[in-house]
Amino acid sequence: MTYFPDEVVEHIFDFLSSHRDRNNVSTVCKAWYLVEQLSRLRVFVGNCYAVRPERVMARFPGMKCLTVKGKPHFADFNLVPHDWGGDALPWIETAARCCPGLEELRLKRMVVSDESLELLARAFPNFKSLVLISCEGFSTDGLAEIATHCRGLRELDLQENEVEDHGRQWLSCFPDSCTSLVSLNFACLKGEVNTSALERLVARCQNLRCLKLNRAISIESLIKILARAPNLVELGTGSFTADHRTEAYQNLLNAFYKCNSIRNLSGFWDAAPRYLQAIYSICSSLTVLNLSYAPAIQVNDLIKMIRHCFKLQKLWVLDSIGDKGLAAVACACKELQELRVFPSDVYGTGIAAVTEEGLVAISSGCPKLNSLLYFCHQMTNAALITVAKNCPHFTRFRLCILDPVKPDPISNEPLDEGFGAIVKSCKDLKRLSLSGLLTDKVFLYIGMYASRLEMLSIAFAGESDKGMVYVLNGCKNLKKLEIRDSPFGDAALLENVGKYETMRSLWMSSCDVTQGGCKALAAKMPRLNVEVINEREESDEMVENPSDMHRVEKMYVYRTLTGPRDDAPDFVWTF
Amino acid sequence: MSPPLEHDYIGLSELHSPAAAVATAEDGALNLKETELRLGLPGSGSRDRSDLAGGLTLGLIPKSFVSGAKRGFSDAIDGAGKWGFAALGGRSEVDSGKCGALFSPKGENGDGQLPALGNAGKGMDAVAKATEHERKSAGMVGNSTGNERGVAPAAKAQVVGWPPIRSYRKNSMATNPSKNKEDADGKQGSGCLYVKVSMDGAPYLRKVDLNIYQNYKEFSLALEKMFSGFTIGQCDSHGIPGRDGLTDCKLTDLLSGSEYVLTYEDKDGDWMLVGDVPWEMFIDSCRRLRIMKGSDAIGLAPRAMEKCKNRN
Repeated sequence: MTYFPDEVVEHIFDFLSSHRDRNNVSTVCKAWYLVEQLSRLRVFVGNCYAVRPERVMARFPGMKCLTVKGKPHFADFNLVPHDWGGDALPWIETAARCCPGLEELRLKRMVVSDESLELLARAFPNFKSLVLISCEGFSTDGLAEIATHCRGLRELDLQENEVEDHGRQWLSCFPDSCTSLVSLNFACLKGEVNTSALERLVARCQNLRCLKLNRAISIESLIKILARAPNLVELGTGSFTADHRTEAYQNLLNAFYKCNSIRNLSGFWDAAPRYLQAIYSICSSLTVLNLSYAPAIQVNDLIKMIRHCFKLQKLWVLDSIGDKGLAAVACACKELQELRVFPSDVYGTGIAAVTEEGLVAISSGCPKLNSLLYFCHQMTNAALITVAKNCPHFTRFRLCILDPVKPDPISNEPLDEGFGAIVKSCKDLKRLSLSGLLTDKVFLYIGMYASRLEMLSIAFAGESDKGMVYVLNGCKNLKKLEIRDSPFGDAALLENVGKYETMRSLWMSSCDVTQGGCKALAAKMPRLNVEVINEREESDEMVENPSDMHRVEKMYVYRTLTGPRDDAPDFVWTF
Repeated sequence: MSPPLEHDYIGLSELHSPAAAVATAEDGALNLKETELRLGLPGSGSRDRSDLAGGLTLGLIPKSFVSGAKRGFSDAIDGAGKWGFAALGGRSEVDSGKCGALFSPKGENGDGQLPALGNAGKGMDAVAKATEHERKSAGMVGNSTGNERGVAPAAKAQVVGWPPIRSYRKNSMATNPSKNKEDADGKQGSGCLYVKVSMDGAPYLRKVDLNIYQNYKEFSLALEKMFSGFTIGQCDSHGIPGRDGLTDCKLTDLLSGSEYVLTYEDKDGDWMLVGDVPWEMFIDSCRRLRIMKGSDAIGLAPRAMEKCKNRN
């Protein structure tokens, strides 16, 4: 291939969409490396501390789209202290200097300040798309900057961020000349927005295809908005309840009747059953339905709606759907690929809503199922074995039994066999989360069979170091391993240190790893950052000068080219 | 009077055991938790239906505190004209500013309220201490993802970060309590909310549709038409009691001798005084109403009645 001119090689590389493929071809030879680096437009950085922004942008000067991820996954569950890090500003500043042609920025679990957003809004004249997922640190002031200064903005997608509300005028900041919006998602904002500004914005953006409203938007506003945007494909409905007793139902019905492009529905925060019927007409073309923020929807209304959704591919619901509701889904939604069942009682107590029966019903009714997130109160080995047989195509399987270390309630045994069946049957499994009572055996199975596994989440599982070692030695594609409250210690940690350079990161909290173990790991592997998070609690003296025997509460290990980071707060020690 | 006695009539005597306060709702303890008085932002990081908790959360804050003046706790009880509680902004729209100047969206500002509270009189101190302790042990209030869920409370072992649900989702659900359990009887299905109203001594009961009223005022007027001469608590549509609570409410009826008290049975089967919580919360939880004779309303009204009499 070396006798092809660069342009041809570059053209061939254009067909490689995945960054992994591009990473691979760039290692073939120097020529390919050079061609690839100059032609890469979409850059993915899985860990913001693995590499410096300057280095990334020097290597890929043509970068148009940058994705950066910050905090470790367990930060979602409050296991990472608030100011651990993950600041987006260095990335935005560097991009402003080195890649002013940047068009898209996607950040996940990062701290984004209003200052960063302001810089972003002003420094990139071609900026088109901003996607923030699970970020924090900014307010509606920052959004106002984006709205004001990003000419030609196509996408503003805010997913599950913590945004401070400084008033409702940010939406009004979109100038009258802004007609380019294709996607606007502000569902996570808690405050009110200027609804007339929103209606005008929607009216002038004829290309708008995705609009996700926040809870503050009432049905009356929704009706007006839908009237101006009949070509929407994705809709987040807002609260779906009326402010006062109006005859909104008929208007709503008419509004939805005209919107025959809608394929993706979410929202429904306060949905009143009488309004829900208005969407039956579009249910039959839905491919995505997210009702997981709608505890007000009753099971029977849910079932009535689901019966129409025969094209549904992705369904997110609350466990109030019950086994009965899941059976209805299994009957109706034969195209279902992804199911997420969230607990409606977020603190994990209360009556059992879904059990293994619901899952088994789904598995037998929906053979295309490949992605599952399932919160339940109990699970049996028999059910898991059945599920594994019915659905061999799982790529993501996350089961959360709310009561940690709960065994199979029928046989009283650990769930090793059940999960073993899953990993054995699902050869394409990339992501797995375990729960329930589990011994080292399940890890033996995982090490043996889960050869494509990339991400594994372990909680309250295992009996000894052997468990962790099975995984480290076995899963050759493992990228992220996160463990909490499991009896794995220094021996396991140090058994296969080379493995960590093939992975993005390892998280261990409330395990048996000691400070001495961490130091040993850091000494052996200089290209890893071994971070220990020490939160000051009662006994400061212990924390001041802990011995090597001292158990480490939280440890985060990741490969890096940069050495210890310079923005680590004082409770984070890098060995 | 010592604080526990002050709050006797709603059955709350656990002020000094914050651990129990923080406990996860088990069915038996549910009621206690919901009516428990604690400091915290409505809807912020609380363990259960913070809508309800939010309405009662600031119960100890004297109405005068709300309006900015600082008065002793017992003074405030006198002046409030309600049975000792100022329900503040029961709606858990933490950020909407409906709670007035007292709270802003983030927990940091909530902290700022504590010192002021300490000034509000001796009667408050014990409570403030108990609740502050509870707050500390419950961790920071507020909605930042950096929240530590804090200490394991007594009743059930709560593990930090378990179940593994994103903070964002937890916070959203906390401000949107599941209404499933209570609406099982389909009361709201047709848009009507008929509940029985009984009056002691009346030969037959009546039924009213709670959904057609917007606030307590309309409701009490309607009930007046059906029955005559009774008393309700004072809570206007914003949940902030009027300044002249005493003159606005029907206590005058009490003093003029009608001696009736309007009570309701809530979802948990407890008999509560009408008027403490914001209207929306009331219609959500009300199962039936009873217009009680004052002498039957032991612990609900008498002390306030005494205070009213003393005041005059």
